[in-house]
Amino acid sequence: MTAKLSAKGLTLIRGERCLFEDLEFALSPGELLLLEGGNGSGKTSLLRAIGGLLSPESGEVLWNGVPVQQQRQEFRGALVWLAHKTGLKGDLTLLENLNFETSLRPQADVDTVSVYERLGISRLKSLPLRSLSAGQQRRVALARLLLADVPLWMMDEPFTNLDRDGRKLVMELTAEHLENGGLCVMAAHQDVDIAAPVKRIVLQ
Amino acid sequence: MISDKPSQPGIFRGLYATTRRDLLLAWKRPGDILNPLFFFAMVCTLFPLAVGPSPEQLIFFGPGVLWVAALLATLLSLNTLFLSDHEDGSLEQLLLSAQPLPVLALGKTLAHWLISGLPLVIISPLLAMTYHLSATVVEVLMLTLFLGTICLSLLGSIGAALTVGLHRGTALLSLLILPLAMPVLLLGANTVSLAADNDPYATGIWALGAYAVAALSLAPYATAAALRISNE
Amino acid sequence: MWTFFHKLASPPHFYRLAAILIPWLAIPGLLLIAYGTYNGLFVAPEDYQQGDAFRIIYVHVPTAYLSMMAYMFMAVGGGIGLIWRMKLAHAVGAAVAPLGAAFTFLALLTGSIWGRPMWGTWWEWGDPRLTSQLILLFLYFGYMALRSAIDDTAKADKASAVLALVGVVNVVIVHYSVEWWSSLHQGQTLLKKGGPAMDPAMLYPLLAMILGFTLLFGALLARRVRTEVLFRERRSRWVRELVLAPIGGR
Repeated sequence: MTAKLSAKGLTLIRGERCLFEDLEFALSPGELLLLEGGNGSGKTSLLRAIGGLLSPESGEVLWNGVPVQQQRQEFRGALVWLAHKTGLKGDLTLLENLNFETSLRPQADVDTVSVYERLGISRLKSLPLRSLSAGQQRRVALARLLLADVPLWMMDEPFTNLDRDGRKLVMELTAEHLENGGLCVMAAHQDVDIAAPVKRIVLQ
Repeated sequence: MISDKPSQPGIFRGLYATTRRDLLLAWKRPGDILNPLFFFAMVCTLFPLAVGPSPEQLIFFGPGVLWVAALLATLLSLNTLFLSDHEDGSLEQLLLSAQPLPVLALGKTLAHWLISGLPLVIISPLLAMTYHLSATVVEVLMLTLFLGTICLSLLGSIGAALTVGLHRGTALLSLLILPLAMPVLLLGANTVSLAADNDPYATGIWALGAYAVAALSLAPYATAAALRISNE
Repeated sequence: MWTFFHKLASPPHFYRLAAILIPWLAIPGLLLIAYGTYNGLFVAPEDYQQGDAFRIIYVHVPTAYLSMMAYMFMAVGGGIGLIWRMKLAHAVGAAVAPLGAAFTFLALLTGSIWGRPMWGTWWEWGDPRLTSQLILLFLYFGYMALRSAIDDTAKADKASAVLALVGVVNVVIVHYSVEWWSSLHQGQTLLKKGGPAMDPAMLYPLLAMILGFTLLFGALLARRVRTEVLFRERRSRWVRELVLAPIGGR
């Protein structure tokens, strides 16, 4: 299978420090790319560089074999981003938040009720998000992944604030997504147990 | 579940959704709308207290004072434009969405204008009345403020995008935006003064209109570029 | 052509080239300024209206023109840096801003001194040129403030480049709107366009001063960019070699 997402010669310097140099990877549909390393090792920066939020010092990221710089909009339309911060508005309700998201990227043809059911958030639909716990807000953010119809999931520490069930749920959802031919790039400092082909990048 | 050709949402949908969301947020926190308005009203009150209540003087200075107050009130409301989005991570979501960023930036700026600019235009006749400005002058004032606040919101969005996430952002924002905003103030206030003196004032209106159109077509791109840079 | 461009863009190459260039700019510049100063102050005849007071144009006009030129450098440098990701162009922007602000300040100062005998006041809001110069000075302050507020150099470069590009559009608008504004208030201007032709004895020193100041500006800029490049590349190999090389080796 040809690589859907790949990078070559990726070098990133932040301030005075070189986070990584000449980094390469190639990811095919169904594969998980795991970015590992301790705090401050540059996992998040690498994830942001792949997503195009950071411009690397040199090197490039390719999507479908074409450099991302030449097709930024297409690439952004093919990914969904789950960062450290949930990216949800505390003043708005779950439904208002997720409604807004539907205008940002292609939406999957799924039954929203079953998605909420699965994430265990259906009872919270009409509450403003600031009244929910951090873990519940995290679950709401997960709905973004399930509602989007995009191949690439990019996740930064998706297990933060989640209980054991929540962590298991993230792994299950990711495995399903990969089984359906999706791709996933995940930065995590915890052990990840996902039944799928995994590639690892360990940052010092 | 992953289709080959997913249907991308249209850009008008993105524009509408961003504007709508920010209006909804403002609706839930009405202080954001009211504070700049109170500020506007208060600055306009300070002036007669400082220079005295003589009607001739107030008519003479009125247009300038109202315009400076409107400029400062807009500036006051600008630093929150991208701040909460930056803090809760929704800015990253906008940066990584399928929508072109200038469209989303325009949506947010439009919402900002509806929340902070338009109310100023609407209450300006009340304050203009206290300055003894005549009905025709008030019409011109409203028209120039209408066009001028559009320009200021658009210019301000560039400054807000450049300073988002910086410490001491508010003071810096003023330093960046005030010199850029000077032509708008100059055109707006002098047009009203001309109207107050019964002189032809159409040039100023046309110039402000041209400025607004140019800003409308260029500023969203600058704002989008600035947002990407600020989020690196 | 392109290889030349790329070579110029490489910091070590520019660093060496600038060292050669500086005396070639500075010496003719200073000579021209000396010629212009002598002829302007002692040889040129008195102005039939302004008397000796007009002689300040020999400093005012070059500084005023260079204050705008410096802004152009900043904006063009920023544009090149953003589009072609050329680091040297950003270094030029960073180096030229304080220089431009200094020239703007000089232009304001000389304009104000000139205004004293002409208007009887140190400052006259009615003069469109001085007012636009003041706004230009504020634009420089904003640019420098933004630069110093961002810690990361690469980010500061890009953000200030966007600001300079927005500003350069604005400079044009400022110019025309201020002119319109002063025409409403019967503004008085120091330099009138299309006035009577200048006496060559007055004109030649002025041209010499403009050219001399430009060359001096180039020399100062090259020197500042050199320092800026050295600072930015302080971690690189060539700077280390340069510093560790025996004294006298370039």
